[in-house]
Amino acid sequence: MSSRTFRRKFRLTNVRILSQVFFFGAFIFFCWATWTSRLKGYPVSRILEMDPLVMITTMLSTGYVYRYLGWGLLVIALTLLFGRVFCNWICPYGTLHQFVGWLFNVNTTKENFDRNRYKPIYFLKYGILTVFLVMAAMGSLQIGLLDPICLMYRSVATVFSPAIDMGVDATGNAIAATGAEAFWLDQLKFAPGVPRRVFVGSFWIGMFILALVGANVFIPRFFCRVLCPLGALLGAISRFSLFRINRDVHKCTDCDLCLTRCEGAADPQSLVRMSECFSCMNCIDDCPEDALSFGIKGLDTKQVVANPEFGRRKLVFSGVIGALGYPFFRNDGTNTNETFSSDLIRPPGSVEEDEFLERCIKCDQCINVCPTNVLQPATFAEGGFESLWTPVMNFNISHCQLKCTLCSEVCPTGAIRKITVEEKLGKGEFEEAGPIVLGTAFFDRGRCLPHAMEIPCVVCEEVCPVSPKAIQTKDEEVKDVTGNIVLLNKPFMVPDLCIGCGICEAECPVKDDRAVYVTAVGESRSQERQLLLKNRFDTES
Amino acid sequence: MASKPDKPIQHPEYEKAPMDRRTLFRRIATATGLGAGTGYVSLAPANWPLSLRDNSGHRSQHVPESKAIPDFRVAKPDNIHWDVGIGRGGSVPQILRKSLDAIGGLQHYIKPGDIVLIKPNVAFDRSPALGATTNPEILECLINMILVDCRAQEVRVTDNPIESPADCFAKSGVRRATEKAGGRVYLPDTNAFRLLHTPGAKLIEHWWFFHRPFSNVDKVIGIAPVKDHNLCEASMGIKNWYGLLGGTRNQFHQDIHEIVSDLSIMIRPTMTIVDGTHILMKNGPTGGDPSNVLQGDTILSGLDPVAQDAWAFEHLLGRGKNYPAYLAKAEAKGSGKLDYEGRIREIT
Repeated sequence: MSSRTFRRKFRLTNVRILSQVFFFGAFIFFCWATWTSRLKGYPVSRILEMDPLVMITTMLSTGYVYRYLGWGLLVIALTLLFGRVFCNWICPYGTLHQFVGWLFNVNTTKENFDRNRYKPIYFLKYGILTVFLVMAAMGSLQIGLLDPICLMYRSVATVFSPAIDMGVDATGNAIAATGAEAFWLDQLKFAPGVPRRVFVGSFWIGMFILALVGANVFIPRFFCRVLCPLGALLGAISRFSLFRINRDVHKCTDCDLCLTRCEGAADPQSLVRMSECFSCMNCIDDCPEDALSFGIKGLDTKQVVANPEFGRRKLVFSGVIGALGYPFFRNDGTNTNETFSSDLIRPPGSVEEDEFLERCIKCDQCINVCPTNVLQPATFAEGGFESLWTPVMNFNISHCQLKCTLCSEVCPTGAIRKITVEEKLGKGEFEEAGPIVLGTAFFDRGRCLPHAMEIPCVVCEEVCPVSPKAIQTKDEEVKDVTGNIVLLNKPFMVPDLCIGCGICEAECPVKDDRAVYVTAVGESRSQERQLLLKNRFDTES
Repeated sequence: MASKPDKPIQHPEYEKAPMDRRTLFRRIATATGLGAGTGYVSLAPANWPLSLRDNSGHRSQHVPESKAIPDFRVAKPDNIHWDVGIGRGGSVPQILRKSLDAIGGLQHYIKPGDIVLIKPNVAFDRSPALGATTNPEILECLINMILVDCRAQEVRVTDNPIESPADCFAKSGVRRATEKAGGRVYLPDTNAFRLLHTPGAKLIEHWWFFHRPFSNVDKVIGIAPVKDHNLCEASMGIKNWYGLLGGTRNQFHQDIHEIVSDLSIMIRPTMTIVDGTHILMKNGPTGGDPSNVLQGDTILSGLDPVAQDAWAFEHLLGRGKNYPAYLAKAEAKGSGKLDYEGRIREIT
C-alpha cells in the first residue's frame, strides 16, 4: 500500500473516536463499579485523579499532592506533546458534548463555518480558571462547580443512576404484571438490588447538566469553548506543545471547509489558535487539498496564535474577582465555628471543616458509593454557597453504617481521608484516639412515644450499634389511659458513647421531625465544635 | 373620520377555496364521532362499560390489591412423632443433619424440582462470629443438601435488612455461602413489596410484604439465630419473619408481642431452623462484641415454631419457663403448641 492510499484509508479521526468510546466506556464502568458489591479494587476515581486541574488546585490550597493525584502529570505530559488532546480524546464530558452536538446539528455546511469560527466570548474560560486558581490559593476550592470530570461524576451519581434504577424497577413491575416466567423474562432479574435512592436537590444538578448540554444546539461545544476551566488550563499549557495543526498556505485555497467540524473553534483556516485546538483532527479529514497536517512544528507567528486571547487587564480583573470571592464566601457566616448548621454533618474520615473546603471538589463519588444513601449533596442550607454539593449526612434518609469506610476509599482528594474500620471504631492502635464521632444524638422528649405518650417503642435503643449502647433505657411501669399497666422503656442518651451514626434518627417512627436526632456538635474532627469535656468519666475508656 | 381606502382590502389574487361536500361530511362525521366518544367515556355513569366517570373521586384513587401466599407446610412422615428435632455435637454439618434426621430427614420435605426460598436473619452489617446474623456455615450446608440431596430446582436466599442490603449480605458471609453452594441471593428494592392479606392477624391483616422472591416458590425455610432482644426478650424462629415486612415496620415496636404472634400466622413455613451455634446472650439484637456471644453447638429443626422457640428460650438462652408473651399469643392464634413435652427429639 502506498503511503498515499494508506493515508486515505487510515484516518486519525477514527482512532480518536475509538479512544473516546474507550474512555467514555471506562467512565461509565467506573460509575457502575462505584458501589459496595462491585468495588473490587477498581480505580473508580482514576479519571478524577488524572484531572490536572484537581491536582494543581488542591496543591495550591493544601500544599500537598494527595494519594493518586500525581496521575494528573500524565495529562499534562500528553498536553505538552499533542496539545489539548484530553478535551477531544479522553474527557467523557467532552465526548458527551460532541455527540449531542453532532446528533442535533441540522445546520448547513455554510452555517457551520460561522458556528465554528473563534468568538471573543471564548476568553471567558480563562477568567473562570483564574478566579478558581486564586480562590484555591486562598483556601476555598470551587473548581468542582465547573470542572468537567467532577460535573460529570456528580450528575451521573445523583441524577442518572437513580433514574436508571427507576427504569429497571418499572420494567420489573411490568413483567411481574404480565406473569411471564420465561428465562430471560425472569422478574427477579429486573431488580437494582437497592431501595430507591434519592438525592436532595438533585433536580438542580440535573437541570444544570441539561442546560449545559442543551447549549450545544446554539453554540457547538459551548461548555468546552466558553466555560471549561480544565480546558482553559490545558489551553494555557498547549502553547508549549510539540505537535500542532499546521496549514500549508501554498496548498490552501481558502475554501473554509476545515471549519465544517472544527470542535474547538481554533480557526484552522487562518492563524491556528493553539490554545483552542482540541486536536480532534477533523480539519485534516475535511481539507480537500491536503493542506492541513498534524506534526512537530515551531511557533511561527505568521502561522499560529500561540497564547490564549486573554490580556493582562482581564487577568488582573479576574484575579481581583477571585481575591474578593474568598472573603465573600468566608464572611457569609453560615459556616464558622461559632455559627454552623446543625445539619452540617460530614462523612467519617472528613478532615476539619476549613481543610475540608480546601479539598472537596464536589465530585460526589462518596455520595455515589454510599450504600445506605445517607450521604447527600449539600444545598445552600447546610454550609452556604461555598459548600454547595459537598457531601453531608441526612439521617432522615438513612444512617452511617458502622463498619463501612467506602466514602473514604473513593475520595480522590483526601477531603475524606482514607481510614480503616479500626480507626473509625477506635479499635486496636486507635484505642486511645477513640472512635470517629460524626455528631451527637439528642432526644425530643415532647415527641418521643414512651416519654410523651406512654406508648412502648425504643426502636432507637434496639438499633444503636455500639456496645455498650449509647441509648439506654429507664424501665418504668405506668398506668396508661385505658387503666392498663404498661412497661415503658424510656430511652435516654449516654453522649460519651454516641458516635453520631444516626441510625436512631433514621429508624425513629416519628417520621417528620424525629424524636431523636443527630446534630453536628461534638464531631471528633473539630476541636472547636466539641460538646463534652474530654475524659469526663475516669472509668470510661 | 378616515376616508374609505381606494383599493379593496382583500388581495386581488385572493381566491375562495370552497369546501366540497364530501370533505364537509367527512369532517362533520369525524368531529361528531370524537365528540360522542369523549362525551360517552366522560359522562356515562360509572357502571357502564368503558366509562371513565368518577363522581366521588374514589374511583381514581389507587387501592393496591392484597395478595396471598400459600401454606408451605408439609405433613411429617408417618413414623415420626416429633415436631422439633434437635442436633447436638460435632461439626456444623453434622449437627444440622442430626436435627433434620430427627424429624424425618430433609428429603421428605423438599421434593425434586422444588423452588425453595430460605430466609436467614441478615438484619445487620456484622461479621458472623458476633451472633447478630445467621451462621453462613449452616446456610451453605443446607443449600447443598437441598440442591444435591433433594435435587431442588432453585434455592433463593432473601432478607430485608435494617442496614444496607448489599453490605449486610456481604459482611455476614451470607452472600458468599449462598453463591458457593449454588443458591441465588435476592436483595430488596422498592419494587419488591406487595400488600399481603393475612386473615386473623391483628396488626398486619393487610401489610407490605417482601413478595417478589416468593413468585413460584414451593417451599420456604427460615434460619434464625437466637438473640437477646430488649423489647421482646428474645428473637428466635418466629421473630425472624419480621425481615419480610416492608412499610413503616418500626411502628410495630409499639406492640411487639402482638406483631411477633401475627408473624407466626403470616407465613406457614415448610420448616424453621433455629441456629444455636452462636447465641447472642446480651446487648441484642445488634450485639457488636464477641463477649456477648455464647457458643451453643445446637441446631433445632422444627415444624412447630412455638414449641421450638419455647425450647430455645429455655435451654439456649437459659431464661426458664417464663416465656415471652408473644409465644402464648402465637399459640392462641393457632400456630403451634407451647408445651413441647414429648414432641422433641434430641440426637447427640
